[in-house]
Amino acid sequence: MTTSEYDRYRPPEEPRRRRRRDHAAAADSPSEASAYAVGTAVAPSAGSAMGPDALATAPSGSAPAAGRRVGARRGGLAPAGGDGAREMAMVPEPQFAPADGYYGRPVVKAPPWDERVALYLVCGGIAGGSALLAFGGQLTGRDALRCNARLTALGAAGVGALALVADLGRPERFLNMLRTIKPTSPMSLGSWILAGFSTGAGVAAAADVDRLLGQALPLGPLRRVLYGLEAPSGALAALLGAPLAGYTAVLLSDTAMPTWNAAKDDLPFVFVSSASLASGGMAMITTPTAQAGPARALALAGVAGDLVATKAMERRMDPVAAEPLHQGRPGWLMRWSERLAIAGGIGTVVSGLTRNRWVAAASGAALVTASAFTRFGVFYAGKDSALDPRYTIEPQKRRLAARRRAGIMHDSITTAG
Amino acid sequence: MQRLTAPDSAAVGDNPTADAHYAHPRARKGFFTDTSICIGCKACEVACKEWNRNPVDSNYELSNSSFDNSEGLGADTWRHVAFIEQDRSRIEAARESGRALVSLGMPQIRNADVPTTAGEAITTAITGAAPGPLSAAAVPPASGLPPAPELGDLDVLSSLGGGPTRPEDARAVDTTPPDTPEFRWLMSSDVCKHCTNAGCLDVCPTGALFRTEHGTVVVQDDVCNGCGTCVAGCPFGVIERRKDGIAQPKTERSAAPVTPTRPGTPEPARNVGVAQKCTLCYDRLVDDQTPACAQACPTTSIKFGEREDLVDAARERVARLHAEGRTEARLYGANPQDGVGGTGSVFLLLDEPEVYGLPPDPRVPTADLPRMYARAGIAMASMAAASALAFMLGGRK
Ligand code: SF4
Ligand code: SF4
Ligand code: SF4
Repeated sequence: MTTSEYDRYRPPEEPRRRRRRDHAAAADSPSEASAYAVGTAVAPSAGSAMGPDALATAPSGSAPAAGRRVGARRGGLAPAGGDGAREMAMVPEPQFAPADGYYGRPVVKAPPWDERVALYLVCGGIAGGSALLAFGGQLTGRDALRCNARLTALGAAGVGALALVADLGRPERFLNMLRTIKPTSPMSLGSWILAGFSTGAGVAAAADVDRLLGQALPLGPLRRVLYGLEAPSGALAALLGAPLAGYTAVLLSDTAMPTWNAAKDDLPFVFVSSASLASGGMAMITTPTAQAGPARALALAGVAGDLVATKAMERRMDPVAAEPLHQGRPGWLMRWSERLAIAGGIGTVVSGLTRNRWVAAASGAALVTASAFTRFGVFYAGKDSALDPRYTIEPQKRRLAARRRAGIMHDSITTAG
Repeated sequence: MQRLTAPDSAAVGDNPTADAHYAHPRARKGFFTDTSICIGCKACEVACKEWNRNPVDSNYELSNSSFDNSEGLGADTWRHVAFIEQDRSRIEAARESGRALVSLGMPQIRNADVPTTAGEAITTAITGAAPGPLSAAAVPPASGLPPAPELGDLDVLSSLGGGPTRPEDARAVDTTPPDTPEFRWLMSSDVCKHCTNAGCLDVCPTGALFRTEHGTVVVQDDVCNGCGTCVAGCPFGVIERRKDGIAQPKTERSAAPVTPTRPGTPEPARNVGVAQKCTLCYDRLVDDQTPACAQACPTTSIKFGEREDLVDAARERVARLHAEGRTEARLYGANPQDGVGGTGSVFLLLDEPEVYGLPPDPRVPTADLPRMYARAGIAMASMAAASALAFMLGGRK
């Protein structure tokens, strides 16, 4: 690390990678400059901006090209001046700002769940609501509604369960989910809900399939058993329908992911509303308008609930933890989910008045898509919130400070002794 | 310090083994990681990797942000040494935040008078401080080495600092803080906290995660199905599902233990697709051995033992640092009333926890679970009621 005339023949500095843009912005403001300069041989952006000549000619110790260094006292180790730039590349540039934690790396880890889990969230909602519609159809003698909704419930539950199993790290061990019943684990309770629901929906749907095929299934004496179990199975699926549609909200909220956790009070309402409008929409697609009256009513209730609950959720969440819901991919999904829900709701009213099958199907499709967007949006927002440490650190610091202001001192993890 | 004999005094204080109903519970084991004497050698990281045969976690890429290239805890890195470079203003801010903690009246083991005095004195020292040496602690005082403190550890730094060796003596000596150094390196060996109320354990649906008789939290590799719920449930971002990186369907990989390979060929990764984290060397504990990382640590920065003793030692250590004027010292995880009920791994930090990548106010998510279930129950009931209403008001057939 000496200054020599050969310094000028050094190759130009490669631009150094910086992790975060706001770092650069902060470091470029002269007022904060001195805080960033100690121990840095060549100031970050100057390293890329200056050619070798600038490095060689810069007066030792003041380096006007790197104005931030003026006034900063040098540490004992780093030599002053523009010398030794190449050697100093071995010493990574220090990044001081604690606002982004440890080099901007996540504090909490996002779960290894991909789109298959988001798909399961959608399917669980459709399945749960459809079981309720099927049970209502069963009780009120709406045969087409009952049959279609049962098939939808079974199909959605099946697709969802397969997606969930496929997302496991060890899919062949999926039955371990039923090793215990563990109330502290929403995933455990959810597995039991899903298992019970699928059983009920499966038996009920099997009876309807058999009827559809003109009793062509080779059931023999079991047919009487099947038809005997049909009603209670439909009731079981209906009983577990709302839990299936809503428990996933607890599953997401019972995590350290900032956005999901901050939404814990209102996310169940968002999810059951979204399930209602999606299952109503599905029934509007599959079922003639004459029998789809309850489906339309449920869909409308779902739309109203969805709009209100989503707004309430976003308002009551910690504003920083709510940010991921508004930006990027989840922001787009949430915005379009709202628009589609409104459009689907209007279409539902129109189809109820005109009894137009095409309007009904289009509105149903809009509603199903709206529900899918809501759940994918919430899913992505939670995963995004884990990636930026800001979403973990800022709300936690704020609530800690609020407790301290209120005189609550006993529950801090950091103690003076 | 490392009392390894099985004590008969079962489940004491906040020992979470009491909940697990062991017939013969042992004293709760844990770590006290004193980051003020860590030299960042990463011996713990290496020892952990070797002992647990954890795979490499990257293609030896440089992180480009500091001397720390293993970046963080994960499925393949169960000990991680953080490395932070700070300038004078950050050190002053850390001293100030530590001093604020003291004067806030945070829980303490003894009277707050000594650190407070030191904390008040610091303001004058900061304003009038001359450019300090590389590190204040590196200035050898005229006095020789005082006798080793009760900890039984070779505590070089604090001895050199010339401060009192016992907190009780602190009042008698000069508590003027040392000059603020121009910059400093913070090094801290992070590890699973083995929480009293462990988020990972609470949310695991298979029961793969369990509480051992030592009060630690361990994954059963042969039970876990890799659902990943625990990853999201941990407020410290510790546990992670081991990635495959092999172009072969996960189901075709055998769950059998590693088959011996020819020397020179790399071992295939074990427990792929399964959640992985520090076991507090459960396999060594059952043999009354010290965990590999603690044994490898050359500075005794990682102290292993019974948690109760460790917390006492940690409190003494932080009190001594305060008495030397180093108010930036603080404990992390020693408080049984915090959001996770206290941690099995206690840390002495020299700055705010988030500087080290630790959450400033972690809270185990299951603490709010009853409320979440209640809210969800209302939501589900509303949905059922809405569909009943839909059939009543949904028009004629
Ligand atoms: S730190 Fe995380 S992984 Fe370790 S015991 Fe606590 S919750 Fe579990
Ligand atoms: S990934 Fe394994 S240890 Fe983690 S919650 Fe799922 S089953 Fe339990
Ligand atoms: S206790 Fe064992 S498993 Fe845990 S970090 Fe230390 S060496 Fe690794």
